This record gives sequence, C-alpha cells and structure tokens, in this order.
Amino acid sequence: MAHITREEVERVAALARLSLTDEEAERMADELDRILEFVQVLEQVDTEDVEPTSHVMPLRTPLREDRAAESLDPELALANAPAREGTAFVVPKVIEAEEEG
Amino acid sequence: MTAPLPTLQEARRALDSDETSSLELVSNSLDRAESIGSRLNLFLGTRDEAAMTAAEASDARRAAGEVRSPLDGIPVAIKDNMVQAGEPTTCASRILEGFISPYTSTVVERLEAAGAVIIGRTNMDEFAMGSSTEHSISGPAHNPWNPERSTGGSSGGSAGAVSAGIVPGALGSDTGGSVRQPASFSGVVGLKPTYGRVSRWGLVAYASSLDQIGVFARSAADAAWLLEAISGHDPLDSTSLPEPAPHCSEALDGNLSGLVIGLPREYFVEEGVDSRVLARVREAVGELERAGAKLRDVSLPHTDSAIATYYLIATAEASSNLARFDGVRYGHRAEGAHDLTDMYRRTRSEGFGAEVKRRILLGT
Repeated sequence: MAHITREEVERVAALARLSLTDEEAERMADELDRILEFVQVLEQVDTEDVEPTSHVMPLRTPLREDRAAESLDPELALANAPAREGTAFVVPKVIEAEEEG
Repeated sequence: MTAPLPTLQEARRALDSDETSSLELVSNSLDRAESIGSRLNLFLGTRDEAAMTAAEASDARRAAGEVRSPLDGIPVAIKDNMVQAGEPTTCASRILEGFISPYTSTVVERLEAAGAVIIGRTNMDEFAMGSSTEHSISGPAHNPWNPERSTGGSSGGSAGAVSAGIVPGALGSDTGGSVRQPASFSGVVGLKPTYGRVSRWGLVAYASSLDQIGVFARSAADAAWLLEAISGHDPLDSTSLPEPAPHCSEALDGNLSGLVIGLPREYFVEEGVDSRVLARVREAVGELERAGAKLRDVSLPHTDSAIATYYLIATAEASSNLARFDGVRYGHRAEGAHDLTDMYRRTRSEGFGAEVKRRILLGT
C-alpha cells in the first residue's frame, strides 16, 4: 500500500484550509496512512447482500409548508462579527489567481 | 465550603417540604462551582446573576403552587457546546473566543421551561474530540475521586460536576462514548439516548450521524427525570424521532421480568478488559437476573470493524461541520492576512488545537 506523500498532506491541508508546520506535516503523513488502513479493514467485510444504509432509524425527510416565516434578526446575526458594514460581514479581498486545491 | 448538593430526588423532596429553597440550592451550587469546581477545573464559566434570578423566580412559583416540573428550582450544568442566547459558548476552543450565541438550543430551552436553573458551562475536550478532557484551552479537568486522574471525556466537566456534588444533574454530548465513558471514570450515571431521541438543535455539531446529547446524574431515577425533560420530537432537528418519548421514570419499579438483555460475546474477552471490570459486570448481570431479566448470549460480529467505521464517519463529518469556523461571522479572526483564503488558513490554524486539526485532516 502506498504511503501518503508530503505533497498529498499539503493538498489535504489546503482543502481543509489549514496551515501546517513542517513537523505537523511529517506527523500527519503517518496519521493519514492510518486512515487508509482503516479503509482496508472495512474492505474485508462482505457487504454483497447488504443494502446501503443512510440512516439507522426509518426516518423520512420531514417537510413543511412552503410559507415564509421569521428568521434570525440581522442585528443578532451580525453581533459577533469581527468586522461589519451595514448588514454585511467584511472580509479581506478574494485574490484573482486560481489556487490549487 | 458548602456540602455536596443532594440528588435530584432529594432536592425535590426538600423543596416541596420547604426544608430548602431554590435560592439556597443554587447559591450552594455556585459556591461549590467556585471552590471545588475551580480546583478540579470543571467549569469554563458560570452565570451567577442569571442563575440567582431564575432561582428567585422558581421560589416564587413554588410559593404560588405553580411548580412546573420535578426539576423546577434545581441547579444543573451544561457542557460548553450547547448554546444559550446571550451566553458564551466556546467548545473549549480558541476559535470561538468571544462568541455569544444569538439563540438557545432546544435542550436548554426545555430545561428552562421545566424550571431547572442552569448555573454554568462545563469543561470539555475541544469540539468534543477526545476522551480525557485534556484537549481544552482551559487545561484538563481533574477527577473528584483522585485529582491526579482524568475525568474521562469529552464531557469530563459535566461528569465531574455531578460526581463532586456541585450539581445533581448535568448534560453532556456523546459521539463515540463521550457521556458514557466519563460517567464511568467519574463514578456517576451517564446515559446516551438512542439517536434521534434528543434534539441536536443548538448542539455544536461534531459528527451529525452520531452526536447525541446525554445526561449525568447520581441515580437512574435522577437520569430519567433529566432525560424526560429534554427528550422528544423537535421540528427544528430533521433527525429527531417523530414519535413521542416514553416516560421512562414510570418504568423504574425495579421489576425487570419480561426484559431480555443480550450479552455480546465479543465484549467479554480476557484481553482488552480489566479482570476487575469483568468481575463487576458479571455481578451486575447477577443483579439483573435477580430483578427478573433474562440474559442471553448474542454476537455482534462486526465489533472489530467499529473503530474503523467510527473514524471514517466521525472525521469526515467533523471536517464538514467544522468548515464553518472561518473567522468571517464570529469568533477568532487572524490578523495580517493578505487575502480571504489566507485569512481562513491563519484563523483556523491559530484557532484549532492539535487534536481538532488532526481529525479534520483525517476526515478531509
């Protein structure tokens, strides 16, 4: 079984919007290998005659009437904002260049 | 320091006979939270003023003959991952520093409707990821039985708060054992309800397919009261079971005839289980039989796939659920970012602890 490479760790970290130190990245490579091992464990189980399960209880998605109702007051929604302007959250600009991951 | 608080049942009796008041119970609870609770690092915050006000209101209700439920006037604690309007929720994480919730979780709403007085928020592993309450920005919780020992986790603060007699009951959350295991470590009753029995609305999500809010108490009867107060269908949680919850208190008459209990043989193995634990469980089996239950040997053949299954589901869901913590709308936001993506990465790298980052990466 192939070992997770440093590049793959960096790619996963980018997807998760996390920055890793060199030390963290080294450690994570081993950790991610473990996940692949878990997948292998499950591949041993015979699920030939098993129906895919999406829920352990016989639940149906509950629907409601398509009627407009009150939702969270904008002032409450913005109350914890690190930066705001009117009814908008203010964030640093999005860069132009396409990013990998 | 004030004496340990009575159990829920004892507190109710004392209130109903006017031997005590809600004000006295709540004030004692806050006092113990500050003394022994601090020493054992069980709380992340208390709400003294609000709790005393609620206690006064409860005493007034009792004087007017308007007691709302068996829990009316009794102090309880909640794990710091269940939101309450106007109160902080941190999940023991730096990334939620300063966050004040604009809404209240269903379980807290139900407890307050029942008249219970929430005195504060308990210590936990960050975002409920851990089994020792060591992964907390506030440092580890200590076991009341021996402060050198762990309370277990991730709901270690709640387990410890009940064990130390600070509150007779507390709420925790359980995804992979985080109510059951600390209950065991702290010597109290801990129950994780069947998935869907208790609403997850307002519980900060870790693994949505597995999370359940559970209860800590010092007896099964007490646990039943707490569970009844918070159980039942909630239209705000689409995974909430539509059927009404049973009145479990009524079933606690000590008579178990007709009940058949399975003992999965995969758990009764010599290796991996301390012989003293095995002996205790066998004693409990004897007690159950004497009470009328029938015990049967059964098999759970996929037991050894459980860890792998849990890790794959829980980490993947955690990655999705924790994607919302990005510094945009609340909590910690990193300084000095040169663009939005940089802000996300810095915020999350600064805000999350090592264990949380690990699980997010595994699940991504």
